[in-house]
Amino acid sequence: MLKINNLHARVEDKEILKGINLTVNAGEVHAIMGPNGSGKSTLAAVIAGKEEFEVTEGEVFLEGENLEDTSPEDRAHKGIFLSFQYPVEIPGVSVTNFMKTAINESRKAKGLEDMPAKDMLKLIREKSEMLEIDRKFLSRSLNEGFSGGEKKRNEIFQMAMLEPKLAILDETDSGLDIDALRIVANGVNKLKSKDNAVIVITHYQRLLEYIVPDFVHVLHNGKIVKSGTKDLALELEEKGYDWLKQETVI
Amino acid sequence: MAYTEEELKKELETKEYEYGFYTDIESDTFPNGLNEEIVIAISKKKEEPEWMTLWRLESFKIWKEMVEPEWANVKYKKPDFQAISYYSAPNKKPKYDSLDEVDPELLDTFKKLGISLDEQKKLAGVAVDIVMDSVSVATTFKKTLAEKGIIFCSISEAIKEHSELVKKYIGSVVPQKDNFYAALNSAVFSDGSFCYIPKGVRCPMELSTYFRINQAGTGQFERTLVIADEGSYVSYLEGCTAPSRDENQLHAAVVELIALDDAEIKYSTVQNWFPGNKEGKGGVFNFVTKRGLCEKNAKISWTQVETGSAVTWKYPSCILKGDNSIGEFYSIAVTNNYQQADTGTKMIHLGKNTKSTIISKGISAGKSQNSYRGLVQVNSRADNARNFSQCDSLLMGNECGAHTFPYIEVKNKTAQIEHEATTSKIGEDQIFYCNQRGINTEKAIALIVNGFSKEVLNKLPMEFAVEAQKLLEISLEGSVG
Repeated sequence: MLKINNLHARVEDKEILKGINLTVNAGEVHAIMGPNGSGKSTLAAVIAGKEEFEVTEGEVFLEGENLEDTSPEDRAHKGIFLSFQYPVEIPGVSVTNFMKTAINESRKAKGLEDMPAKDMLKLIREKSEMLEIDRKFLSRSLNEGFSGGEKKRNEIFQMAMLEPKLAILDETDSGLDIDALRIVANGVNKLKSKDNAVIVITHYQRLLEYIVPDFVHVLHNGKIVKSGTKDLALELEEKGYDWLKQETVI
Repeated sequence: MAYTEEELKKELETKEYEYGFYTDIESDTFPNGLNEEIVIAISKKKEEPEWMTLWRLESFKIWKEMVEPEWANVKYKKPDFQAISYYSAPNKKPKYDSLDEVDPELLDTFKKLGISLDEQKKLAGVAVDIVMDSVSVATTFKKTLAEKGIIFCSISEAIKEHSELVKKYIGSVVPQKDNFYAALNSAVFSDGSFCYIPKGVRCPMELSTYFRINQAGTGQFERTLVIADEGSYVSYLEGCTAPSRDENQLHAAVVELIALDDAEIKYSTVQNWFPGNKEGKGGVFNFVTKRGLCEKNAKISWTQVETGSAVTWKYPSCILKGDNSIGEFYSIAVTNNYQQADTGTKMIHLGKNTKSTIISKGISAGKSQNSYRGLVQVNSRADNARNFSQCDSLLMGNECGAHTFPYIEVKNKTAQIEHEATTSKIGEDQIFYCNQRGINTEKAIALIVNGFSKEVLNKLPMEFAVEAQKLLEISLEGSVG
C-alpha cells in the first residue's frame, strides 16, 4: 500500500525528516509515536503532499506509484486521507456541502458523474448514524464553533464518507473525552478492512487500546528509531521516551 | 497683447466648429463633445416633451458648474467629457453573422454561466434568425403585467406615455444637483427602465427575465425609475451575469426608487462590466447613483453583486422618511487584478422607529483595492431608530487592499447602532485542508468565497443566486498562483 524510502524533508532551512523508511501493507494498522517535535505531523503532511515541505531526498510510493509530482488533491483522489490535528474552519460552508464537493471532485477525477442526490443522502445518513452524529450538526459551517471533540468526530465522519485506502490519523485522540474517543475509535475500526490501511499518530497509548495496531514505530529527531508490536506502545507508556532518546544520541 | 483680426478670425473658426455644427437628427451617432445643443438634440431625437428638454438643460447647467468628486479611495485618469459621444442609436444591426465569429473567451464564460445558446447570441450581438423563446416569454410577460395595471417599459417610452408620473418623480430622490455624475446623467441619459406598481398590487414575477434579454444596448447613461404605490410589492433585477464588453469607458447611471406607504421594493443587481485586463488596462468606469425613498411602513432592500468594472463608485442608499420604514443593503464586491471599488451605502433615518441593516462583503484579490464606505445617519426626529452594520473583508494574496470607512452620525439619543467588522485572509491551511479532501485550489477558493458571501447570496432570487455564485468563481479564477 504505502512504501517510504529514505525520506528527507525540510521546511525553509530546517531539516525535519532525516531518512524515514516505512512500509504499510493493506489490512494493517500502524501507530507512529514519539515526543513533541519529532516530525510526526510533518511526516503526515508530506505523505499528503503539503507543498510547504520540500522533499530533498527519498520517495513515497502509493500502490507502487511514486507520488513525487502528485498534487495534494490528486493524492486524495488516489485514496490518501489525513485526519487533521487542527481541522480548519470554513465559515458559511456546511459540512454537507463540503462533503458533497469533495466526493464529486474525486468522482470527477475518476471520470464519473456527480453522485445523485439520493445516493448522497443515503450515504450521509448511514455514516452519520455509524458515528452517532446528530444530523443538525451537518448543516453547521465546517468546524466553525465546533468543540475539540466535534472537530475530531467530523474528521472521522469525512473519512467514512470518502472511504480512503490509506487513512492517517494525526493526533485524533487529543481533545477527546473518553466517550468521544470510543465512538471515534469504533468508527475507525468499522471502516477498517483487508483492503485499506491506517496510520495512527499519537502521543499516548490510550487510543491504541481502542484501535489496536499491528506495528508501532517510534519517531525521534526525524527518524524511526524503533519499531515493534503493540507491546512497544505499552513499554513507552511505562518508561516514557527518554530511554529511547538516550539510546539514539550519537 | 493686442487682439488682432487674425486671432479673432481663428477664434471664430473654432467656435464654429464647437457650436455651429449641423446636428443631423437622422444620423445614429452624435459628434463628440457636450454642449446645450447636444442636450437639446438628444431630447429631440427621443421625441421628448418640452418639460423634459428643459429639465435636461437645467441639469446640464448645474453640471457645468460642478467638479468631479475626489474623495473616493480610487485612482484613475479622469475621463475627457468632451471626447465622448453622447448619443448613439441602439444598434439594431447584428455585429456578427454567427457565434463562430465571437471572441472564444467570451463564449467560454457564457458556457460556464450556463447561458442558453439563443441568449448567448443575443448578448454577443449575433443575428438571430429563428423566433427566440425569450421573445415570446417577453410578450406573455408584458400581458400578465398589463392585466395587473403594472407599467414596465423603457424610460423613453414612459416619458412620452406616462409623462405625469415621470414628471412627478424623476429627480425627486436623486436631484439633478446631487452630485457630478448624477447631474451629467440627468442631462444626457440615454435610456433605461421605468416601472410603476399600482396601489395594493403584488407584482407576480421577478422583473428579471425580460430585463436581462432587453438589457443589451441601453447605453452608458442609464436612468431607472421604480415607483411602488401604496401597499404594493415588486422585486426588480438589474444587470446580467454575462460579461459585458462595452466600448464606452464611462458609465454613469442613476436609479431612483420610490416606495410609498406600506410598499416594498427589492432591488437586486449583478454588475459584470469589463474590468480591464490582467495588466489593468482598459475597463469600465462605473459611477452610479442609486437611492430609494421610503414612506410610512415602506421597505427598500438593495442587494448587489459587483464583480466587474475597473473603477466602481456606487452607494445604493435609503432615505427612511416615513415612520416604521426599513432599509436594507446586502452587498458583495469582488475586485481582482487592478480593479478598484469604493462602494457602500447610506441609511438616512428621518422617521420614527426606522430600521436599517447593512451587510457588506468585500473580497479583494490580485493587486486590487476594495473599500466599503457607509453612512448611518439618525436625525433628531427619528426616535428609536435602529441600525445593524456588518462589514467583512476577505483578502487573497499579499498585494491587495481592503478598507472600511464607516461614518455614523447620530442626533437622537434613543438610537441603537451596531457595527461589526472583520477582516480575514484565505489561509494556506484552509486551501491545503480542501486539497487534502480532493478539492483543487480553484474550487477551494470558490467554496471559501461562496461561504463567505452566503448571507448576501441568500438574498438574491433563487435562479440568480446560482448564476451569481458561478460568477464569483469566474471572477476570481487564476487569482492564486
